[in-house]
Formats: sequence, structure tokens, C-alpha cells
Amino acid sequence: MSAATHSATADRKRRFRPDRDVEEWHGKYYPYDLIKEGIIAFIVVLIVVVGLAVIFSSPDDKPVTVKSWSTANPVDFAQTAITELDGTSGTATYGPPYNSTTGSSQSIGPISPESWFGVHHPIDTANDYVIDPLQTLPNTPEVQAAVTEYKSASADQQASWTAAYEKAVANATYSNGVLTVPKGDYGPVGTMIAGLTSMARSGALDGALLSSRQFYGTDYTKPLLFIADGQYLANLGAADHLGGDQWGMMNETGNWPGQAWLWLYTMWYQVPPFKTSANADFQVWAVMMFLTLLLALVPFIPGLRSIPRWTRVYRLIWRQHYKDLAPSGPLGKGAESDRGP
Amino acid sequence: MTIDTETQVNPSADLPEDAHQLTAKLRHAAVEALPPQKLMPDRQPAYVASWIYVFGILTVSALAVVILTGIVLAIFGPNWWHVSTVGLFFNSLHLWSVEVFFFCMVVHLWGKFFMAAWRGRRRATWVSGVIAFVISVATAFTGYLSQQNFDSQWISTQAKDGINSTGAGAIMNVTNFGQMIMWHIVLLPLVVGILVGGHILLVRLRGVVPPFAPPDQLAIEVKQGVPADTAATAASEVQA
Amino acid sequence: MQTLSAVMVHVVGSLINLDHPGHYINWGFIQISVANLTVIILMVIVFILAILIPFHRPGGGGDR
Repeated sequence: MSAATHSATADRKRRFRPDRDVEEWHGKYYPYDLIKEGIIAFIVVLIVVVGLAVIFSSPDDKPVTVKSWSTANPVDFAQTAITELDGTSGTATYGPPYNSTTGSSQSIGPISPESWFGVHHPIDTANDYVIDPLQTLPNTPEVQAAVTEYKSASADQQASWTAAYEKAVANATYSNGVLTVPKGDYGPVGTMIAGLTSMARSGALDGALLSSRQFYGTDYTKPLLFIADGQYLANLGAADHLGGDQWGMMNETGNWPGQAWLWLYTMWYQVPPFKTSANADFQVWAVMMFLTLLLALVPFIPGLRSIPRWTRVYRLIWRQHYKDLAPSGPLGKGAESDRGP
Repeated sequence: MTIDTETQVNPSADLPEDAHQLTAKLRHAAVEALPPQKLMPDRQPAYVASWIYVFGILTVSALAVVILTGIVLAIFGPNWWHVSTVGLFFNSLHLWSVEVFFFCMVVHLWGKFFMAAWRGRRRATWVSGVIAFVISVATAFTGYLSQQNFDSQWISTQAKDGINSTGAGAIMNVTNFGQMIMWHIVLLPLVVGILVGGHILLVRLRGVVPPFAPPDQLAIEVKQGVPADTAATAASEVQA
Repeated sequence: MQTLSAVMVHVVGSLINLDHPGHYINWGFIQISVANLTVIILMVIVFILAILIPFHRPGGGGDR
């Protein structure tokens, strides 16, 4: 009689591998009320959750608005606004899906899905963030004249103005409602940025950015990207340990627990080569996809699927069962087995 | 007065079953795979005797609390918890039930790993569990994006880089609150529900995974490539 | 509704205020919040306890 025939799994000719196969149970069963267990589990969880909510509550830090940003730090706002106008801001140079700046997409070798998918949420920072909002302002002849002058100038002239302003605004100050920038040849740009700063501080820019295309706006991409281009939001994030180089992905504002399950995802950003890589996001994503696949496919991977058998933690989990199987136990040799359904 | 029970009470009884129907075939397959006693068993194998086994149902219970509190938040709208203390309380319930959900799920995952719970044609159970974990993380992520506060501003402007780098940013626009909240309360919970439901049905289908054989028998299994029972039978037959 | 809200404030206002700058622990390249570390340590403890604490089967059984 061949030792290869067995009754355990459906694959009769395959070698039995204890990390993949198991003999089905023909031993004793005990009564077990699953619904009762479920009800008790639900009540226990409910009590724990209510307790945690009563004791700790939950965080709700007020959002930053363009108004609060430009009020708290008008110089940072102005410094950001000029980079939006001259196309050097983070958003302006981002590339897909916002615009088509070449060479800005992340890649691993020749693989760059970011550039393959292209522009789907177009943002023209100069027009969307500066020119169009300024043109909605009523009763501002100086600002409108400045915008007209800027728009009718050549690209070279515009670049010369904005470059000069960007240099000057690095040393800007703000007091008594006035943005003061060191003198220079930046044409109408100074008036435009000062006008935009006032518009921001009044709250009108928040509304203009959100409702530029439709009344019922639920897409906050434009104002969010503008705010994120500045240093103000970044400083707030860093203060709350939410930065990418602070394991921030795992963290929550204040002292609340965050998303501890993201520990491995954020860990890669803290170590070389990802720490300093221009393609870090795509690389880390690729690593995590690979590891997730590995986790999903553990049952198929020899060695990996043997770890439970090697580490023997199961002997603790099933110690009652192994006791029962011992010669003196109820399921040991000579004992009758109580078959299940 | 006599009641004619054959036709009046059950008039469809005399119509024979049409076994060729899709409906009938599906019903037969379902009942054969999961007869009532298997779908809702009142007994478990003797080896199911550890507290680690309750973490599956604890995870499902936490998911139930997540969904119930989510329903209340949906009833009153996304702005409610910012302007009402009761709303804030339900937000807290929702947040902490998510923490408890992941807590229990990870403990459940550790337990199932160390039990090698994929053995014996239970690989689909393991795979569906991992996918449910990943989709749950995505669901929680869209929830964090839907908070309409500083945290969601931060998370969206940071996470966009990761998602955009994969090209997925063309469709999944994390700074689009309307899109993200719809994914959070409609699309992803549906997927989680289907995955968790399927996962549980698979557990009922295959039953709870039996333990490894005791050490001496396990050694035989590893060496000979046959289940210990068969090896023992073969050995005793050789002796006889 | 006013009265209910007033009552709820006492019930739902948090007993422990977590709304201040987080406490973080640095260890080599690891930086983790006290809150997250607590959660992770609790998970490990609960896992160990779940395996070690005897489970008494309904309908008889338990450690013999």
C-alpha cells in the first residue's frame, strides 16, 4: 500500500506539506454559540469605544484659510504669491496631474505612470492664483491697471519684473496694513501682489479660488495647493510632528494616537536612499506594494509560510488541544471521538 | 367545512422544480456549499479554545460600531461635528472605533499568521483578509481626508505626492473633498463590506483551521510528506 | 435642545485633554508619539494575554 495515498486534502497525489496542507478534523466538537459571542463582543467594543470617546474625545484643529495665512504671515503669503505668478512655485513646477512641466514626474527607471496619465486637474498658477482673482475685485482701478499692464507686456518683460520682485520680497515687511518691499524695477507686479495680499486678508480670495468655476464648490484643490506652497502650513505641520521626515504619516495632531498601522509606510521615508531621493514617493509606494503582495501571498511562499511552524507560537495557542491528545487526554489513544456535523 | 389543503394552502406545490434554471442552480450550489448547519453552526472543534479566536468577531464588532456611528454622522452631515458637542462626541466614537477596529484586526492577523491559518484550502480566506486590511486602510485614509479641518488639509496636501507619483492622482484627487467623502461613505465601505462578508463565509465554508500535528507527528509529516495519520496507518500495516 | 446640549457638554467633554503639543520619543532614527507607542505596546500585550489566558469552553472543557 502506497504511503502516498491519504484522505486529508483533495490533491491526492501531491506531497503533504504541513505549512500548506492540514488533515481535516474528525475529533471532538463542543457547543459554541456564535451569535451570543457576537452580541457580547459588540457590547464589549461599544463600552470600550464609548469610554475612550468620553475620556479622550477627538481632535479638531481649525483649518488654515488663505485669509488666516495672509493675516498671520503676510510676507510669506506675498513670497508665495510671486512664485505662483512667475511659475516657480511648487504647484507651478509640479507637472502632472496639475500641469505639464517636463522632467518633474517621479519615476523608477523608465517607469513613470505619473507622466503617462498626464494632466487631469489643470492649474495655471499665474492666472488661477493671481490674475483672475485680481480681476474680480471691484473698485480697484490701480490694481486693474497694473494687471492690464502686466498682461499686455512681453513674456521677457514679465519675467524681468517678477524676478526682480521675487528677489526684493525676500526682505519684505508688513505693518499697518501695508506690505513694504525694497525698491526695484518690478513694474506693476508690486501693485498686483500687494493687491492680492489685501484681497487675501479680507477673505475674498478664499471665495474666489473655490467658486471660480461653480457656485457649489466641493473641490478644494486650488486653494489647498496655494496654501501648501507657502511656508506657513509647513511650519504648522512640523510643529505637530506631521512632517514626512518626522514619521508624520503615523501621527495625529495633539496627543491623540494616529494611524499606527502606517508605521512601515512612513518608515522608508526616514532611511536612505529614500530619505534624499527625488523619486521617494514612487519608490516607497513600489516597496509597499511589493511587501503587501508578499503578505497576501504568504500561503504560497515556501519559507515565509513555514515561520509559524518554526516559531512554535502555535504550541501556546493550541496547548489545550495537545493536552487533550496526550495518551491520558480525552482525545488520546483509546478515547472515543465525538464527531461533528 | 373541509379545507382543501393541497391546492389552497400551497398552490405552487404541484409545479415540479426546474433544475435547469439559473436560480435553482445557484440555490443548489449555495445550499450544498453552506447548508444551514454549516452557515450557522452551534458547535466548534475542540481545539477552538483560546482567547485569540475572539479577535475576528471583535474586529467585526468594531466595524459595526464604525458603520453605525458613521451613519449618524451621515444623517447630520459633514459639518455637524464641528458645530455641535453631540456631533463631536459621535466623531469621537467614530474615530475611536476605527482605532479599536485596527487594533483588533492586527491582533487577529498576528494570531492567524502564527496559526498558519491558510492551511488546508484556506488560502482565499487569508488573501481576502489581507485585501480587507489594505482596503480598510484606504477607507480610513479617505475618512481622515473628509474631516474638513487642519488635519485633512495637511494629509491631503502631503498624501497627494505619494498618490500622484503612481499616476493614480489623475483619478483620485485627495484635495477634492466632495470626491473623497463619497469614496469614504459609499464606494469603499461597500468594498469592505463585500470583502469582510466573503471572508466570513469562507471561514464558515472551510471551518476553523485545525492545529499542526503534535511535534513527533509533525516531524514525520515534514520528513515523509504524508499526513501523520496515514504514516501511522502505513507503519502499523507494515508491522502487521 | 439647549438644555440637552448643556448636559451633553458635561458628558462628552473630554476628561483627559489631549489637545496640546504631542509628546514624542526619539530612539535612533525612530521618532514615535507616546500615544502611538502606547497603542502598539498594548497590542503586543493583548496578543500575549490572548494566547496565555486559559479559555474555558462552553459545554465543558478548559484546562485540565
